[in-house]
Amino acid sequence: MTQKLVVIGNGMAGARTVEEILARNGDFTITMFGDEPYGNYNRIMLSNLLAGVEDEAGIFLNDLSWYADNNITLHAGTKIEKIDRKAKVVIADDGSRTPYDKLIIATGSSSWTPPMKNVHNPKRGFHQGVFAFRTLDDTRGMIRYARDHERAVVIGGGLLGLEAARGLQNHVSEVTLLHAMGHLMERQLDEKAGHMLQASVENKLGIKVITNAMTTEILGKDRVTGVKLADGTEIPCDVVVIAAGIRPNTQMVADSGLPVERGIVVDDQMLVRGEQDIYSVGECAQHRGNLYGLVAPLWDQAKVLADHITGRDTEAAYTGSKLSTKLKVAGIDVASMGLIAPELDDDEVIIYSEPKKGIYKQLIIRDGALAGAILVGDNSKAASLIQSFDRAQALPEERAEMLFDIGGPAGEVKPEDMPDDAQVCNCNGVSKGAICGVVNAGCKTVSGVMDKTRAGKGCGTCKPLVQRIVEWAAGGEAEDDPAASWYVPGVPMPKPELMAAIRKYELKSVSSVFEKLVPGGEHDAKSKMGLASLLKMMWADQYSDERDARFINDRVHGNIQKDGTFSVVPQMKGGVTTPAELKRIAEVAEKYNVPMVKLTGGQRIDLLGIPKEQLPAMWADLDMPSGYAYAKSFRTVKTCVGSDFCRFGVGDSTALGIAIEERYQGLEGPGKMKLAVTGCPRNCAEAYVKDLGVVAIDGGKWEIYVGGAAGAHIRKGDLLVTVDSAEEVIRLTGRFLQYYRENANWLERTYAFVPRIGIERIREIVIDDSDGIAEALDAAVDEAVQSYKDPWKERAVPATPGQFRTSLPLTVLPQVPVRS
Amino acid sequence: MTIAPIEKTILGPVEEIPYGEGRTYAVGLDMIAVFRLRDGSLRAVSAVCPHKGGPLADGQIDNRVVVCPLHLYAWDLATGCSQSGQPPISVYPVRVDDGHIILGD
Repeated sequence: MTQKLVVIGNGMAGARTVEEILARNGDFTITMFGDEPYGNYNRIMLSNLLAGVEDEAGIFLNDLSWYADNNITLHAGTKIEKIDRKAKVVIADDGSRTPYDKLIIATGSSSWTPPMKNVHNPKRGFHQGVFAFRTLDDTRGMIRYARDHERAVVIGGGLLGLEAARGLQNHVSEVTLLHAMGHLMERQLDEKAGHMLQASVENKLGIKVITNAMTTEILGKDRVTGVKLADGTEIPCDVVVIAAGIRPNTQMVADSGLPVERGIVVDDQMLVRGEQDIYSVGECAQHRGNLYGLVAPLWDQAKVLADHITGRDTEAAYTGSKLSTKLKVAGIDVASMGLIAPELDDDEVIIYSEPKKGIYKQLIIRDGALAGAILVGDNSKAASLIQSFDRAQALPEERAEMLFDIGGPAGEVKPEDMPDDAQVCNCNGVSKGAICGVVNAGCKTVSGVMDKTRAGKGCGTCKPLVQRIVEWAAGGEAEDDPAASWYVPGVPMPKPELMAAIRKYELKSVSSVFEKLVPGGEHDAKSKMGLASLLKMMWADQYSDERDARFINDRVHGNIQKDGTFSVVPQMKGGVTTPAELKRIAEVAEKYNVPMVKLTGGQRIDLLGIPKEQLPAMWADLDMPSGYAYAKSFRTVKTCVGSDFCRFGVGDSTALGIAIEERYQGLEGPGKMKLAVTGCPRNCAEAYVKDLGVVAIDGGKWEIYVGGAAGAHIRKGDLLVTVDSAEEVIRLTGRFLQYYRENANWLERTYAFVPRIGIERIREIVIDDSDGIAEALDAAVDEAVQSYKDPWKERAVPATPGQFRTSLPLTVLPQVPVRS
Repeated sequence: MTIAPIEKTILGPVEEIPYGEGRTYAVGLDMIAVFRLRDGSLRAVSAVCPHKGGPLADGQIDNRVVVCPLHLYAWDLATGCSQSGQPPISVYPVRVDDGHIILGD
């Protein structure tokens, strides 16, 4: 039966909660009461309105037609004076009584006015020229008044006060900011950062800042002429804006007999303590002792409330939020999250300070996770730090990587500085404007935007920039994307849970994973390849191989090219070949009129432009094993000439490279695995930038580096260990690769995987066997090695009907030119 | 959504297409990719990706979409609509009759 839902409060919390309820098809007739005579607007944007970078129309989230469209009765400008819990009605200031089955209290907060003489005028609330900064009406009044005046004082040096001061500069020529505490933003910044910020605000923006400034009196008889401080200083001015903090609106709720402490006391379902039908959400709600004055926690609360009230998920629980903030003042970068000072003796504190440029960065790390961060003057790493902080991700061993971009392109571009037509994704040609368009159309998750635009879906280098643009375009409110942690987009589980479930239910085929683990059992084309790889890794010989789960490359064992033809790369272990092999390749290339013969970066020969239907015959003529140049698997081991001929070589790199390739050929993984062995530290085989690279050093020793890359992303590998023998290299290579196969996310290359886990931790597991799994890793990789079969032997009889049938007969495609 | 008219044509035995895969058929001047879903039903769409000419029959499918193997753009198999802002592809009526793939009404 349809229930009556009443919502007291039409601010961001109230309206967002109703949106979430509507999104869950909640069966309610909804009535909303709002103090302000408007639809629902974005209060955070009031500073932009004041600063003149946004107009009023731009800050409305839901205009009046939204209420009508969703059959919501809105009483705008009507104040609720009492909740009668017994009768289940709310009583408004106009005397009307509205019954409810379910009630949501989202009364928000009001601006707090510190005690000051003469601040109020008994006839008209504030003294003329004094404004709070909380509502659209406040902002309108302030703009109107400031236009005809010249000097403004802002009381309060927190986020809002700073934004107000900056905004007022748009209207008056002189702005002074008074702050009662010792430094600006003392809730979010430590003292040093606060002083650095103050210097920037004064020098860059030209706002005068006075700290330790307790305002005691508003001066002026019929209108403001100045303010007086506790030390007797008088500051002449015509406009005073009070931004000294907020207090939750709870009086009416307390008077109605509901539990109110600092805020309205709620449980993890956002139900008011002791109540079955009354919820509270937003700034007025007190959850586990905390009040939240920011917007992100509110989004989370609204989702839980909606899940619970609609019965969609009665187990949904809000467990509190981690807070992070960014200052929205053009030219002044400030971000802060979590702790602002260490609390425990072993809290790790990392500080970078460059006062001349006004840059200050501080990290506080506890138990290997980010517990707090402050950034002033350079927000380029804010997005990644907020992410690490929110998700308690493992941190890079090189802590400096958290503060600076090391090895990446110099200087990150700021989204706001980019023109709309600037190309963001150089692989798929997506502009900043296209990304913003999708965000403005309502898609506010990074992965959603990437799906819609394909930005960041090529080499992946631009992903951080795409993320920054989405966050910027969404006004710093990019939504958390649960799918970001899933192994594949179509199965809602991170890799460890997914593997546990696969083991528990003994799921050996891709279709059985969808049917068992996806609610509704829906299959997902984009998830098949990742699942096929995972199942093959987990079950080896017992994997039930459904060919449709394979990507075309793996169905026909070649890399598809732009014209639908394929490339054929025979195995050439360690890049070593023979005249007989070369002759055979040459003969095949002639016989099949191969359009291009090309040496690859992996020291092999690539025959390009081969029609699908010719592949089996060509493999037979070549009579060489597949080089796996098409799969997410072990690719090649690049080597230098080593000690046999080179006068510098100190180790037989060719022999070791061949042995490694012999053993691990074809091993599937979550991403490509490119290896190299080089005979001396001159690094001719480029071993420092491989997924696993081996370097011979004098004294018969070998260094093993992991996590290197030299593609779109460039990274020198981390030294895992130095060993004494080639056998040891082969064994540890297998163990590391197996650990990577079991623990890396789908398509996560080692250059991302190694820093994510941390080289220290990988060393503990792979070398020191701290977790006692070394033997199991060795056994698992050995099993995989034993199940290796050369896929190019699958040629006498097709594995499926029409396996090698052309998919593009008779069609003229963009042809790759023949080179002679 | 474009349902293209096409003359009734018997393309061949349904066993020619493995479950979950697609094969291309030339019908007159048209190139048509026919997919056999895992639920046993068939879908037929134009064989050439409108983005860069990729062979859609080589793409991976589920019961809803086909993903082009070249740049991973996806189209709805029932409506031909792109899920990533590309032009639509044509869809054709197709069914199984007595073990044969019947294209057209």
